[in-house]
Formats: sequence, C-alpha cells, structure tokens
Amino acid sequence: MTAEELKNLKSNTIVDARGTACPGPLLAAKKGIGEINSGEIMEIYSADEGTKHDIPKWCQKMTHEFLGIIEEDSYSRLFLRKA
Amino acid sequence: MSIDLEKQILELKERISKLEAGTKDQLSMVVFSGDLDKILAALIIATGAAAYDMKVKLFFTFWATAALRDPEKTVQGKNFMAKMFGMMLPKGSGKVKLSKMNMCGIGTSMIKGIMKKNKVPSLQEMFRTAGELGIEINICEMSMNLMGFKKEEMIDYPNKTICGVATFLSDAQESKIQLFI
Repeated sequence: MTAEELKNLKSNTIVDARGTACPGPLLAAKKGIGEINSGEIMEIYSADEGTKHDIPKWCQKMTHEFLGIIEEDSYSRLFLRKA
Repeated sequence: MSIDLEKQILELKERISKLEAGTKDQLSMVVFSGDLDKILAALIIATGAAAYDMKVKLFFTFWATAALRDPEKTVQGKNFMAKMFGMMLPKGSGKVKLSKMNMCGIGTSMIKGIMKKNKVPSLQEMFRTAGELGIEINICEMSMNLMGFKKEEMIDYPNKTICGVATFLSDAQESKIQLFI
C-alpha cells in the first residue's frame, strides 16, 4: 500500500508499544491481534527500529497481511490485516 | 508403470504425513547458564516464540535453577552442604550476575540501569510475561538435589514442573527448534 492509502486506512485497533523494547512490540502485537476479528486492521506504534523487520516476518508466519509503514518523527506506525 | 508411480506417490504421502505428525510448532530450550545476560536472552527468545504461537518448554538445569529461587521463601532442615550452596548461589533472578564485565557487581548494576533506560524488561518481569504466555518451565530435579534446593523455595510460576532429562528429551524430539543456553 502507498503512504497515502495507509494514511486513509481506518484501524480497528491501535497498539502503542512505544514504551517497550524487543520483544515488547511483538508481544503487544500478539495480544492486540487476539482482540480483533479476521479481516480487521491493526496498527502498531513502535519506537524500536527492529520492529520494522520483525513485524513483517511475524505476519508472514502467522499469515496476516502486512500493509506497510508510516514513519513519524520518533516512531513508526505499522499496519496489518488479520488473517 | 503408472501403477508403480501411484504407489510411490502414496508411499511418499504417507511418509510426509508421518514426518509432519512427528514435529510440532514447539521450541524446547535447555537453560543451563545462571548468568543474567544468558537467562535474559533465553527468555526473550522464549517469549518471542510464544508470540509466534509456538508452544515453549524451558528446561532449567544446573546454574540456571538458582535463578528460580524465591528470595522471600525460606526452608528449614537443610544439611550443611545444602546451606553452603544456598548461601553461595544467587537467591533468585534479581541476584544473578553478568557473564562478562561483572566487576564485583558494578557491571551488573550498571547494565540493569541501562536496561531500564532502554525499556528492556527485568528478568522478574520477563518471568511474569512468560507465565502469562503459558510458557512451561521444567526444572531439573537432579540439579536441585545437587545444589540442595527444595521445591518449596522455588518461585510461584503457573506452568512449573520438577522433572528429569527424559521430559526434556521427549519435548525436544517433537520440537521444531531446540536450543541450549
């Protein structure tokens, strides 16, 4: 998805993992995904650089669809659609 | 010829399903080290695997068993050697030290400060998370006996069993990943 499309996405849930380091964002993602339904969209906030590599890998394994990243000043917003 | 091929395919299918049934989406790890850094690494990998919906089984043995002692519990009736070991070894995950650069404890307290600053959870927090994620901790009975630890002095942890090497082996045999730390 392009940055424009991502910006217009409506997330069903937002998980703020900015206060955690590895494996915090991953654990937050696992917890968050349990709270939404299949096809719904989750957004993860992370200030951890590694998360940008970890979450797409995790999505691949868990068969969720990784939609993309929006970079903010001090953190990233990662979007995914639950399988 | 075609019958032969069909037969071979059937045979292969059978073998593949046997293979698939043999290994689970499971991680088995031996946690041998009693060092802060290594136990932290073990717990990060373990909780990460749990986020991958893997079943995780940790086998705590030798020096690592000391990290599972509860500093608030005391037990009576230990013999001299058990008391000595009990005094010499760290009492709980809050007392374990770095494997390198400990420098009489200065390095360990420094790294704890840096961990806090970088928002890395402490070992105690990691154990709590591991428990919430349903990670199993198996404690080697032989190690506990050697060091004179009693089961009454170990931490309260939801999925904790005291067992032997056979438990680890049967878990490891059916795991996709096996690690030793």
